[in-house]
Amino acid sequence: MRLTTLVLILAAMTLAAYFVGRHRALAIGGTGTAARRLHSLPRYYGYFTSLWCLLPGLLVLAAWAAFSDTVITGRVVQSLPEALRNQPEAQLSLALNDIRNLAAGQMVDESRQAEISVAADLYNELRAISQRVLSGLMIAAGFVGFAVAWTRLRPQFRARNHVETAIRLALVAASLVAILTTLGILLSVTFEAVRFFGQVPFTEFLFGLTWSPQTAIRADQVGSSGAFGAVPLFAGTLLISGIALVVAVPIGLMIAIFLSEYARPALRRVVKPVLEVLAGIPTVVYGYFAALTVAPMIRDLGDRLGLDVASESALGAGLVMGVMIIPFVSSLSDDVINAVPRAMREGSYGLGATKSETIKRVILPAALPGIVGGILLAASRAIGETMIVVMAAGLSANLTANPLESVTTVTVQIVTLLVGDQEFDSPKTLAAFALGLVLFVVTLVLNIIALQVVRRYREQYD
Amino acid sequence: MAILTPAETRRRVDASLRRRYRTERLFRLYGLVSVLLGIGFLLVLFTTIVANGYGAFQHTYLRLEIRFDPAVIDPDGTRDPEVILGADYSQLVKEALRSLVPEADDRASRRELNALLSTGAPYELQQMVLANPGLVGQTRELWLPADDEVDLYVKGDVPADADGQRLSGRQLAWIGQLAEAGRLDRRFNAAFFTQGDSREPEMAGIWGATKGSFFMLLVTLVLSFPLGVAAAIYLEEFAPRSWLVDVIEVNINNLAAVPSIVFGLLGLAVFINFFGLPRSAPLVGGLVLTLMTLPVVIIASRAAIKSVPPSVREAALGVGASQMQIVFHHVLPLAMPGMLTGAIIGMARALGESAPLLMIGMVAFIVEVPGGPLSPATALPVQIYLWADSPERAFVERTSAAIMVLLAFLLVMNAAAVWLRNRFERRW
Repeated sequence: MRLTTLVLILAAMTLAAYFVGRHRALAIGGTGTAARRLHSLPRYYGYFTSLWCLLPGLLVLAAWAAFSDTVITGRVVQSLPEALRNQPEAQLSLALNDIRNLAAGQMVDESRQAEISVAADLYNELRAISQRVLSGLMIAAGFVGFAVAWTRLRPQFRARNHVETAIRLALVAASLVAILTTLGILLSVTFEAVRFFGQVPFTEFLFGLTWSPQTAIRADQVGSSGAFGAVPLFAGTLLISGIALVVAVPIGLMIAIFLSEYARPALRRVVKPVLEVLAGIPTVVYGYFAALTVAPMIRDLGDRLGLDVASESALGAGLVMGVMIIPFVSSLSDDVINAVPRAMREGSYGLGATKSETIKRVILPAALPGIVGGILLAASRAIGETMIVVMAAGLSANLTANPLESVTTVTVQIVTLLVGDQEFDSPKTLAAFALGLVLFVVTLVLNIIALQVVRRYREQYD
Repeated sequence: MAILTPAETRRRVDASLRRRYRTERLFRLYGLVSVLLGIGFLLVLFTTIVANGYGAFQHTYLRLEIRFDPAVIDPDGTRDPEVILGADYSQLVKEALRSLVPEADDRASRRELNALLSTGAPYELQQMVLANPGLVGQTRELWLPADDEVDLYVKGDVPADADGQRLSGRQLAWIGQLAEAGRLDRRFNAAFFTQGDSREPEMAGIWGATKGSFFMLLVTLVLSFPLGVAAAIYLEEFAPRSWLVDVIEVNINNLAAVPSIVFGLLGLAVFINFFGLPRSAPLVGGLVLTLMTLPVVIIASRAAIKSVPPSVREAALGVGASQMQIVFHHVLPLAMPGMLTGAIIGMARALGESAPLLMIGMVAFIVEVPGGPLSPATALPVQIYLWADSPERAFVERTSAAIMVLLAFLLVMNAAAVWLRNRFERRW
């Protein structure tokens, strides 16, 4: 039986259990005025029985999904001839892969076919059996659960409370997903990074000055020793993010000041959403714009001025990234500027200050913590930004502070290391996870500081 | 300190006022210039993309008289699909071209002549015959796609005397001749909207990527909306003040700011390497995007729930509703428009996201249009990324056109969100 049909059958059973349960509740509760003897509304009895039908079935399904493959593989390995079974781990998993492919009806290397075809047949047979067992168990579990629920139905039975407890548990589970995601990120990235640091020393990664993540396929190959010193990547990331912030902070801040202090409400209503469009444009579009329009423009300009500009200069990527984060800076600053109490403004005007003097001497100092928080958030955004730099920044890890040269960033290297077919346990792919860990930790710290600063600032004026 | 005369005071104040007003005007000007810069960037971005991309919605086609020669397609007359599939359709095309331009009689010139037509043209014929075997033996007038270089020349992107011109003088003469005869024309580029990816720009389309994006967003919506709403309900309505709830809240805020590429690493390590889900599948992409959009949905849903006034809850409590009943019968329906708005905005962000998809193998070159959430696919933004990297010049305009389509989708989604908010949001 196909899995989808099985799930559909379970769904049908659940539905049926609802109607049967509700009917039963009506029957035991009596009709007319006598129905008041029921503790809950009849449909809660229906929900109760259907939950008891659905959950055991799903539990069986989950258990099967978790364990069936391991069990089947174990049995298949047991059945293999001695010679095959006693291979090293990696070869065994290759053989198992071949068996799976053969079982699925795909072509396998002729020479191996003979020795593994028996195993493949066994694999298919076991799978068929496990499917049948699953169908039987799932339906049985549904029925048993339903029967248990049925026997508990009494007029005084608190069906609603039971159903509500179940819903409440589901709600708790849903809110735990966020924690699980963070844990998942932390564990998976750390796990792979630790494997990486087993092969490359931690200090070399963090303080090494050369990055060339080639690893040898053959021992005698040219350039066989990979270098995993990530300093050039950190420097490149800082350079590009720095350029972006130099563009975005003054423009974004001035936009926020103009819109909240000078612009008439009608103008503000039009301009604010228009500028927010900048934040909604996918980063791949910015990347394309940077690579196709901005980078050649900068190079031509440099040629005309007699400067030597790389075609994937840090300046091009940084400028476009700056445009991208303008709306972040402006909307965050806008919020904090608006949160400065009116009284402070009016006090300043009352002493005869002009608008710009009020802004520079009163509002900005008061709003500074919030603005700094916003800039930190924008910085973490710039550091983690991927598509713009993948498309417009370079691949070679130069350690330079010259914005006209091509540099590479942490995110670019993660992408280049992981795109394409790679062995998963080579230092090359694992390095991507180590970089990911650095990226995650740095942005996390920036975010936490920024949120703290913003929150403390808000409390000051609330 | 000497006491100033009123006239002297007046003079000094006037002087300083002039200076202060000048600074004031300058400061105001800086602000205005910044706003104009922001809007200017936006305009430059849009005009560049539209100017580059609008051409891709049209393509140059050649009108050819194709004779579906039975001797070529199906010599034995069996009409066996296998035979029809394996026939050499390029021969039909070449014959039709030769009859149009008889003066191309040596090998070299014939090769140049054949190069005018897309290498995908025989494939179109094959599909036509497969769909309708009755065509064999007939003669039809057909518009077949021209090669991308021809298309670029006809659109005037490359002047005839330019250095980058890849067409020979003979080919240019033939193009003029064919256009004169009304056999060469620009028509609506249907392939762009109906085909999957291709190495040939004239056969490449966005349908495959669009469908991939669709399946991905479907998975994302189905998972992230219920999960996000449930989490928001718990945090707003039920959660006791405890350290666990504080941790969850801090967590959600931080997740919203984690770089998207880190979610890609998570997807690679957990969904693909640990759970063994297939690479390049929209299902995995959808799962990763779910985790990414979940914080957005939760934050928006919490705001929506918060905006429902306590009097509604108290009234329901007063007539004997349980906590659950209050939430599901009263608060949730009132908060629904706000939640949906948040979900749509989250979906729009997910649609534009490409970095995490690079990690989980959705950058493969995939010609076939995906049939479901488990078949290999790419997504629209990833397709844009792939085309942006392609060396053929004709892909430049297709990339821009794909961006226009993507932006149109985003515009529709955001407009829907705004409409929803204005239509259903209630002020209490």
